[in-house]
Amino acid sequence: MEVFLQQLINGVTLGSIYGLIAIGYTMVYGIIGMVNFAHGDVFMLSAFIALLLLLLMKSAGLPSGVLFILVLFGSMCITALWNFVIERVAYRRLRGSFRLAPLISAIGMSTFLSNFVTVTQGPNNKSIPPLLEKVILLTHDNSYDVTLSYKQILIVTVTAVLLAAFWFVVQKTPLGRAQRACEQDAKMAALLGVDVDRTIALTFVIGAALAAVAGFLFLLQYGVVKSTDGFVPGVKAFTAAVLGGIGSLPGAVLGGLAIGLIETLWGQYFSSDYKDVAAFSILAVTLIFMPSGLLGRPDVEKV
Amino acid sequence: MSAQPSLLSRAFREASVAALVVAVLGFPILAYRAAPDFNNVLTLRARWPLYFTFCALGFALRFVLTLWNGRPRTLKAEVAAAKPAVKRPWLAWLGVAALIAYPLAVTALLGPRPALKWVDTFGVQILLYVLLGWGLNITVGLAGLLDLGYAAFYAVGAYAYALLAPLTGLSFWSLLPVCGMLAALWGVCIGFPILRLRGDYLAIVTLAFAEIVRMVLINWDVVTHGEQGLFNFPHITFFGLPFIPGPRGFDAHFGLHFAAVHKLIFLYFVVLALALLANVVSIRLRRLPLGRAWEALREDEIACRALGLDTANIKLTAFALGAFFAGIAGCLFALRQGVVSPSSFTFNESATILAIVVLGGRGSQWGVALAAVLIVGASELLRQLNFLKMVFGPDFDPAQYRMLLVGLAMVAMMNFRPRGIVSAREPTIKLLPVAEAAE
Repeated sequence: MEVFLQQLINGVTLGSIYGLIAIGYTMVYGIIGMVNFAHGDVFMLSAFIALLLLLLMKSAGLPSGVLFILVLFGSMCITALWNFVIERVAYRRLRGSFRLAPLISAIGMSTFLSNFVTVTQGPNNKSIPPLLEKVILLTHDNSYDVTLSYKQILIVTVTAVLLAAFWFVVQKTPLGRAQRACEQDAKMAALLGVDVDRTIALTFVIGAALAAVAGFLFLLQYGVVKSTDGFVPGVKAFTAAVLGGIGSLPGAVLGGLAIGLIETLWGQYFSSDYKDVAAFSILAVTLIFMPSGLLGRPDVEKV
Repeated sequence: MSAQPSLLSRAFREASVAALVVAVLGFPILAYRAAPDFNNVLTLRARWPLYFTFCALGFALRFVLTLWNGRPRTLKAEVAAAKPAVKRPWLAWLGVAALIAYPLAVTALLGPRPALKWVDTFGVQILLYVLLGWGLNITVGLAGLLDLGYAAFYAVGAYAYALLAPLTGLSFWSLLPVCGMLAALWGVCIGFPILRLRGDYLAIVTLAFAEIVRMVLINWDVVTHGEQGLFNFPHITFFGLPFIPGPRGFDAHFGLHFAAVHKLIFLYFVVLALALLANVVSIRLRRLPLGRAWEALREDEIACRALGLDTANIKLTAFALGAFFAGIAGCLFALRQGVVSPSSFTFNESATILAIVVLGGRGSQWGVALAAVLIVGASELLRQLNFLKMVFGPDFDPAQYRMLLVGLAMVAMMNFRPRGIVSAREPTIKLLPVAEAAE
């Protein structure tokens, strides 16, 4: 029971990170119908940016609270600009091209990003000394402690706050309205005076900012990142988006939590060697049997 | 000429913005490098010269681009002068003759030992990628199904040979079709449930399956020996004659001096023959109803269904045939490498093969071959550029830039020439003008 409780806590933490990345996938898919394959690598890039900023500002000797906020804010801004440029360079011209063109371009972009980081920062693991090591002891068995660390509280809180803010943006602001309009019918939205290109660019910017938060939290939780780390978390977050129903924001978060829990529990009770297989199988099974996911709308093929 | 100063100032302004953007993008990631110091603690090393070089490059690039785009242009009425396509059938035969002569000429000119590298890396390796490219071209180029897990079928072929050869004692020639068949069977098994899916979903699921295959190969130690891989399998023989020194070998039998390059030359011809087979099969199939159905499916799936084509079966054949050639290539890969391990079948491998098809132009046989030569040849050339270490310091490894450039090339190709290097591919079937048809 204690083991289960501990894995539940770990799973929710991991799931929040996946959920944050999954929002980037689901929004972009909703608005331009494209699997943004490079999003996982944008997440990895943001973790590297956060790592470098952290090392850079640490030498300035700031208190850790200010330090965290500065690093988080800095990496959000820089990553957002990265994704803005990526959209401009790799996807914008392809809107009228054949169907698979944006996906192929995104695969190229993903390959470029992960190798760009390998080339500039080296292929090895980068690990930082653990931060925020305090834990709360929840229950105690004679051999097993169930702990909830400050980091995990921080991760779940930050995720929840951001989601609430983001939910507000999509539901209540003009930007959110424009986004939802483009999602339903981009051509009609353009006729009614919505700047579609600008809305899409902003979607990429927001997605990247959320991925940057995920990258920072990932670094905080695991303390280590390497240049190939974008691929597997990226696919898992995409799985989360699909599982929750692609195009649906609450679905993305729900899917993220589900994937995080399944992964940790599977690793605990079955085999940690095959824990990635569990996530990939879910992706395949969901797409084959339940392509609209848990909360998604059924996909109608237009002629 | 009055527009000139304003153009210059506009170029200057845009270039400054570009430089600023590069400055922000590159700020921590280019300006600093995190590396562990003596105590194994990460420390930052500043690289300001590199950083400012990139900013300057961004500035210069944007400046030139703006000037180029804004240059005064005289409008030319471009009449699409439809040039009749020149058919040059002798060109293909010339190419084949050159390919056959290549290893013999290299060996004769350089001697058997220096020729090893030329026959192996620039011969067998490139041809293997050509074979893989032509195989994937059936799935991606003809039928329009994006397969991101092609390396899985490649792996199935390679492992099938490495496992079955010692187990059954069968020769390479009898196992070659078996490898292909097993990979095709895999293709059908994976393909069958997912072919109902839309294009991009299908791509992601093939990727997921490929990763599952790779993880099973890594973790199923008893059979696959994990990361170490398999290496105790028989090598290629010349119809039963092994390529070994001594009286029982190939060289003694034909009265030649033993040279390691003979084995590679033989392997080269085997790969060449099979690659040409893949080429002939896909060119011939394109004219059959099945091939036409593939191309129709690529252009418009809904129309195909409305016309009563069985889309699931048509897709499945394309998938299986592509997988078949990957299996054959896998078998040959095992023979060339002498060792088969999961690290050879990562997503990077799938991406490289996909890049070959995409750069070559989906559907074009010439283009794919050209792209394979370019990508493999260029990455080998990058490895030779060690003198750049003197310019950029000892940390600089040109070979690392291979995938980076491949990725960039894919993005650029989709943006500027989405139909590939050789983009003038004739449709296989064309409607004749009314007058001609009436005759």
